[in-house]
This record gives sequence, structure tokens and C-alpha cells, in this order.
Amino acid sequence: MDELLRDFLTETGENLDLVDAELVRFEQDPNDGSILGNIFRLVHTIKGTCGFLGLSRLEMLTHAAETLMGKFRDGMPVTGEAVTLILSTLDRIKAILDELAATEREPAGSDADLIEQLARLARQDPAAPRLPPSDRSGLRRADQGRGASGSGAAQKTAPEGSEKAVTEPSEKLAGHSIRVSVDTLDRLMTTVSELVLTRNQLLEIVRRHEDSDFKVPLQRLSNVTAELQEGVMKTRMQPIGNAWQKLPRIVRDLCAELGKEIELEMHGADTELDRQVLELVRDPLTHLVRNCADHGIESPAARIAAGKLRSGTIRLSACHQGGHIIIEIADDGRGLDTARIKAKAAEIGLASEADLAGKSDSEICNFIFSPGFSTAAEITSISGRGVGMDVVRSNIEQIGGTVDLTSAAGAGTAFTIKIPLTLAIVSSLIVEVAGERFAIPQLSVLELVRAGGGGEHRIERIKDTPVLRLRNKLLPLLHLKDVMRLGDGDRSSGFIVVIQVGNQVFGAVVDGVLHTEEIVIKPMSSKLRHIAVFSGTTILGDGSVIMIVDPNGLAQSLGRAAQAAEADARELKESEHVAAEATVSLLVFRAGSQRPKAVPLSLVTRLEEIDCRRIEISDGRNLVQYRDQLMPLLRIDSGTGLRKEGAQPILVFSDHGRSMGLLVDEIVDIVEDKLDIEVTSDHPGVLGYAVVKGNTTEIVDVGHFLPQAFADWFRRRDGSTPGPARTVLLVDDSPFFRDMLAPLIKAAGYQVVAVGSGSAALAAMKSDHPIDLVVTDIEMPDMDGFALAQAMRGAPDTAAIPIIALATMVSDETIERGRAVGFHDFVAKFDRPGLIAAIKEQSADLTRAA
Amino acid sequence: MTAMNDNANLTEYVTFTVAGQLFGLPIERVQDVFKPTRMTRVPLAGPEIAGVLNLRGRIVTAIHLSNRLDLDARAEPTPPMAIGIEFGAESFGLLVDTVGEVLKLPDGEREQNPINLDRRLARVCAGVFRLDGQLLVVLDVDRVLDLGAEAAAA
Repeated sequence: MDELLRDFLTETGENLDLVDAELVRFEQDPNDGSILGNIFRLVHTIKGTCGFLGLSRLEMLTHAAETLMGKFRDGMPVTGEAVTLILSTLDRIKAILDELAATEREPAGSDADLIEQLARLARQDPAAPRLPPSDRSGLRRADQGRGASGSGAAQKTAPEGSEKAVTEPSEKLAGHSIRVSVDTLDRLMTTVSELVLTRNQLLEIVRRHEDSDFKVPLQRLSNVTAELQEGVMKTRMQPIGNAWQKLPRIVRDLCAELGKEIELEMHGADTELDRQVLELVRDPLTHLVRNCADHGIESPAARIAAGKLRSGTIRLSACHQGGHIIIEIADDGRGLDTARIKAKAAEIGLASEADLAGKSDSEICNFIFSPGFSTAAEITSISGRGVGMDVVRSNIEQIGGTVDLTSAAGAGTAFTIKIPLTLAIVSSLIVEVAGERFAIPQLSVLELVRAGGGGEHRIERIKDTPVLRLRNKLLPLLHLKDVMRLGDGDRSSGFIVVIQVGNQVFGAVVDGVLHTEEIVIKPMSSKLRHIAVFSGTTILGDGSVIMIVDPNGLAQSLGRAAQAAEADARELKESEHVAAEATVSLLVFRAGSQRPKAVPLSLVTRLEEIDCRRIEISDGRNLVQYRDQLMPLLRIDSGTGLRKEGAQPILVFSDHGRSMGLLVDEIVDIVEDKLDIEVTSDHPGVLGYAVVKGNTTEIVDVGHFLPQAFADWFRRRDGSTPGPARTVLLVDDSPFFRDMLAPLIKAAGYQVVAVGSGSAALAAMKSDHPIDLVVTDIEMPDMDGFALAQAMRGAPDTAAIPIIALATMVSDETIERGRAVGFHDFVAKFDRPGLIAAIKEQSADLTRAA
Repeated sequence: MTAMNDNANLTEYVTFTVAGQLFGLPIERVQDVFKPTRMTRVPLAGPEIAGVLNLRGRIVTAIHLSNRLDLDARAEPTPPMAIGIEFGAESFGLLVDTVGEVLKLPDGEREQNPINLDRRLARVCAGVFRLDGQLLVVLDVDRVLDLGAEAAAA
């Protein structure tokens, strides 16, 4: 692009933003001649340059706007109508500029509509009667504008004097600033970093030679280098006000659109931060201000009814605090409606009613940052456009910031954003793992805990999973040594870096914590970018390069990043049959130990309380008459006492007309949560442990108890469940078995898609969900396991997918027939270890084949 | 300019050896030749990534050339020399066993890859020169650094 044109575009873009902001100020305070002078000068400059570049369309448009503004300067009253018109003219100019930037040519088209209106207003006699101000959007300037128009003579002198005052400083400013490309600054920054490193190396050398002549000059060099570094950093800094520039215009337009009166106050606009951060925080800020204007501030009528000032206030403020900038966006509106947030949270499954009851108002308010959350009863054009607060939060978190909010009903809402001043330099913890050093950004580090060595804390294991007891909570741990495959070594002691990512807290075990250092982040080599646990590289003071650990990547390798879980939960709602990833209703109860236990609610047929006197003992077993049948009652473990009197709570499980009851001490709750079995168990009757609503909970294996109730429970039906590895498609017509086997397969580390019929299975394989292995029941209505296998073998897409059949009775004939249709394996339906072994074997084959 | 005028079609090659094989790189692709020191290995990276190191303030990704080319590298587990190149906006160092002289070779003598050239070499070879007593393989840097494409094909 022509350099002249590019300069013009950059400069005009900046000028237009200024005019936007200034016009809104002017509208509120039309007596301020200096503002008008500013605007006039800016528009005049744009017009002049357009003429010079031969951009005739722009020139005509700006000329018309300038003429109207000239009238203001001559004392014509400033009306909302006129300002709106000039603002729309500016919008048109911007649109033309955008096209110009894209095509390098002024687009064809006519602006006669705007020019005609501008000319009409400019022609109007200043003394002509105008609409009363209350008929318009109600900003204060209308009244003042009219007041000023009354005394034309007095008005005339002011602008003349002020114009002089304006031009003088602007001339001075022009000589004091130059335009420097960002690339130049970035290169300068790199060079300075290099200088700092060289200086550090020199200092290291001199330190070894006691009486060096270099000592004093090097000290001087060192100081100068530090100053230079600081100076270059400063060139990258810009006032936060640059990100606020568009806000007055936005608020003004919103006022007009919503019929509200809002004043925008800005404090600390000169607070500086790195330009890169500034760019990234601009959109979230705009969104929050829109939100305050739309949802926060009430209509004038509602405000007066509430005994407040007619016009609402949105207050933006910024200040430095440590290495951070704190930005607050506060309104004096109605505050958040916690009752509605609660209802919505329950409705979209973020928390159970019971949970919500126990939460503080501030915790409730924070739900608005959850994906898919909007309490606005109707979607307005202003803030309810699908861009939610979750996007605001994730944008801010991406740059290492946090956003928090406080709200008081009737008094207003305040958002507090805390972001680092610069992304280029972060404070990091330098840790050692297997002799290598790594940097962990301190923003995500909550605390350090020393484990082992006879101290208070010790790394414990649940089977192979390391955990730490920290203040009565179980903290999942991961060894960086394992994550990075840096060999074996002592696993029982070390330092635990407690890291928070989103809502997820975990501990990363390292061998040592060396020190903290302000590091300059260098982007990762493109050849290494695929390694999720690293986010960048840096050069330490001693000149060596180390990798920067990405806490998000670690969280992912922990296998249950909070966001992923949320996303999964949403997906599950959409596709009911992807049982393993969905949230499930869990029945939480206590039996025996104090530790909560849970079963998927879908397995439980009924919850009953039976009179203890009705329980009969026969043949050493507890039985009760239940719906004209004798129902066996089982204990989960020996600790569960049978009550001597009163009502005994039981969980009733039924399948194919048979029922059994499980004795429990107390039903605690029914919760919606993702069933993610994190630790499997060898203990019979326990599938494993999962965190359910923050508590480690035993997931009870109902399958273990069924054969105890009826030895032939599994044998009555000839069922086969083929299971593919990695993503296993589970086909069984009985929801009961689906619900029982899905968590089991899930617990063994596979994804599970569960469907209820052969045709649904074929459909699932056709959808884009890749299926690696099929586990199918043999006996099913309509399409049985054999027919399913035949159908699969007949289609090229599915012919190669291994099938494991679940059979109750394995006769030679069944096996023969199964081989013929292409079953890879047979597993007895009640042989759960056998099923897992078969799945493992088939998936190992798959891996080899790939 | 004078060198170019002697023979309009001369190209200068920086020569080096990896696992006993002689290679050449057009000199305009070579930024510098250096001894890699204080290399930091990168966990979870592939075998062709030897590590990262600091070269005068720039972070250089060191490529283990013999691993990259699947050549036998028993003699030198950590090659002692590196050839610095720029690729995109990034700096890379190709780890090699020895760096030899710069040769001026006429473009007309560069021959196509022999069709029976070892496939591991053919992937990254942009032609061959017959020198006295040995063959010089011209390395195609862009293909050497195109790690992704190979991984996808594998």
C-alpha cells in the first residue's frame, strides 16, 4: 500500500476516535469552546488530507460536517439531533476508510443523504424553535445548549479566545512526539534483553576476580543497562485511556437506544500498561461497560421510584498495584438478582438446589461467568448477543488476569479486573526436576508445600494415584517427572507446587524450588509448540535457556481440566447416549463408613423405607416381602448395621422383574455431576472413587451385589456386549446393564458411548463420533448381536471394528456362530475383569495395527 | 561481485559431515557456525530435537541432524558443531560432526539425486556434486525443518 495512504489511514483512524470522544463531551458541555476548537481542528485536518489525496467522497462528507460545526462555533445551539447526525457522519467516514484500507480505493456510493441533512441543519436559523429537550434522549447537554443559545453575542467571544489556547499546545506536542513502528520497539526490546544477559555474564566473571579494574566501570554499565531496560519497557506502555476512548460514544448511543440517562466517569485514564495487554483488554472492558449500561442501570422512571438520582453513573477507574493494574467498572444500578441467578444455575445444571442454598451471595454472583449463562429475560441488541461473561472471563484469564465482582441489591455492581502490566515479563518460580530447571508462572501458584523428609505432609497413594492431604482436603498430585518422562527417582518426597487453573486446584511435585525470577517470555519454537505442558521459553540471568511450564497444559495432563469438564457436561446434555461424558444424577448416601458413597440414580429403581420388623432372616440372608415377592437385602459392607427398630432406608434395584435391596444408613442427597472415576478400586463392591460435589466419594458397584442377591442374575439372559477400545460403543437393550457397564469401562480408561439397540449402534458408528471397539449384548430385540455384527461387516466403514460379545451362556454353538459373523471375543456377562481384559487386548491389537 | 563474474553460475556451499557423510548448504542460508554449549533438553520433544540454547540472546532450537536423517550417529552422541540457520522468523542450529571449508561449485555440475539414493537422504537432498574422492549431498533446509509433514506421513 502507498505509504502516504497508510499514514493517512492510521492518523485519521486515531483522529476519528478522538472526535468521537470529544463530541460526546461537547454535547454535555457545549460552553467549553476548547473542546469545540479541538473537534473543529481534527475534522478540518481530515478534510484537508482527503482533498490532498484526491478522496473526493470523504472530502465532501467532511466538508459538510465541518460547515455544521463551524455554525456551532459561531454560536448555533448544539442539539442532540445535530450531534447524532455528526456522529453518524463519522461512522460513514469510518466505513469508507475501512474499504479504503482493504481495497486502496475509495468505494463508489453516494453520501447525498447525510450531506443534505448536514446542510439543512447548518442552514437552520439558530433562533428557530426546537423540540423541548425532554423529548430527546435526555442528556444534560440539551438544556445547556439551549441556555447558551440565548445570548449569541457572549457566546461568540469565547470560541475565539479558546481556539488560540488550543492550537498552541497542540503545536508544542507535535514537536515532542514521533511515530515509531511497534516492530522497531520490539526489536529494541530484544536487543536490550541481550544486553542484560551479557551484563549478567560480565558481572559473574568479575565476581570471581576480587580486585578487578573492571569493577567500577562495570557497575556503571550495570546501572545504565537497567535504566535502558526500564526506558525501553516504557516505550511499550500506553495509558489505559486509549482502551477507553470509544466508551463515551458507546454509552451515549446506548442511552439513546435504551432511553436511559447514564454518566460515564473515568478515573486514572493515564495509568499505563503494556500495549499488548491493552489491546487484549479492550474488548472485555467494552463488554462490561455495555453490560452495566444494559443490565445494571435502571430506566430513569425506575431510578426515581427507587429514590435514586434520575441519571445513573458508570464509573471506570484504573490504578497500579504491585506489578498489576486494577481496573474497576462500577455502576450504581439495580445490582444482580441473586434469586434469578440461582434459578438459572439450577436450570442449566451448574449446581444442585442443595448446593446453591449453601452458597454466599458473592459465590452465586460468580455464576454469571459460567458458559451459557444469561439472566436477561429477553435478549437485547446491547449485551445479550451470545457473547457472554464467560468470554470476558476467559479473555482476561488468557492474559494472566482475574475478574471478580461484587454486587449489592439496589446499590449497584462492581467488576474488578486485575491484570499484569506486561505479558513480556512474568514473575516465575524456578524449579528443578530430575536435574533440569523449569519456570512456573507465579500467577497460578497458590502455595508451596514440602512433602516427605519427616515433615508434616506426606505424599500418599490411592493405588497408583498420588494425592496429598492438605488442610483436610485431598489434593490430586502429578509428578512433573512423570509428565515430562524424565525417568524414575524418588517419588515419596519433594516440593509440591500447588497450582490453580480455573476452578481446579492440583499439586505439581518437583525435586526442588530454586528461586523466583522475573523472566522475559520468548515464544516457543514452532517445532515444539505441540508440547502442551510448555507455553514458552526464557533465558535466565545466567544465560541458560529453560522451558516455561504451562499450568493449563498440566491441568490437561491431569486429565480433567475444569473447562473440559464443563464442556463435556454441556455436550452430554445434547447427546443423551454418550453416557460416559455426561453429567449423571448420582444418589449420594452413607453406609458403614462416614465416607459418602454414590450410585448412578438411573440404576436405582426406588428408594424405600421399610419397617424393621418386616425384615426376615432366612438362611442367613435378610429378606423382606416387597410387592408380593421376597426381596433379598444386602449390606454394602459389614459396617452397615441393620436397624433394630424404626424405618430402614434401602435402595431397590430391579431388572427383568427381580429386585434386590441395598441397606444404607442414610440417603444424603441427589446431585448432578460428571461421573469421572479418578481412582479405581480393587475392593469388591467399589468401582472406584470420584469427586462428587467436592467430596471424595465411593462409587458403588451394583454389579457386585446383584449375583449375591440372585446367583443367576446374569445368567438368565444370553447377552453379549462388544466393546471397542479407546472409544467403546456399548450396545445393550437393558438400561440397567448399560448403566452398570458404562462406568466400569470408563473406569478402565475408555470413552464410552452407550446405546440401546443394534440399529442405534449402527447409527452411532455412522455419526462423526469415532468408534474403536464395540461391546454388544447378543440377545436383543429386533436386531441381535449376530445381526449387528453382520451389518457391521457388510459396511466398509465398520468392517474393521473389533467386536466383543457379551454372553451369559457360552455354548460351543454360540462361539461357532459368533466366529462366523466376526466376533473377536466372547466374555461372560458377569465376568467384569474378563470384559476389561478383552477390551484391553482388542485395543492393544488396534494400536499395533495402527 | 568479482567471484560471481568469473563464472556466472557458481554457488558457494558450506560443507560439513554428519555420520561420515559430506553435506553442503548454500552459504546464503547459513547465518553462523558455532559450538553448541549449555544446551537445554526439551522433555517430550522428538528425537530430532536436541534441545534449545541461547546464542547471543536468541533462542536457538538445535536439530539433531543425524537423528533427523536417521543416520547412524554412534560416534558422536552430541555432535560438537552447529550450523545456524534462520527459518521463518526462528533460529535453528543443525548439529553436525565437523564443519569443513566453503566450496565454490558450478551449478551446472550439480546432478539430480541418483534414483537409488538412500531414501532417508533422498527426502532432504537437493542434488549431488561429484567431488574428488567423495560425493557432496546438497541439503534442502526447508525439508529438513519440515518436521510436521514427516510425522504426519509416518
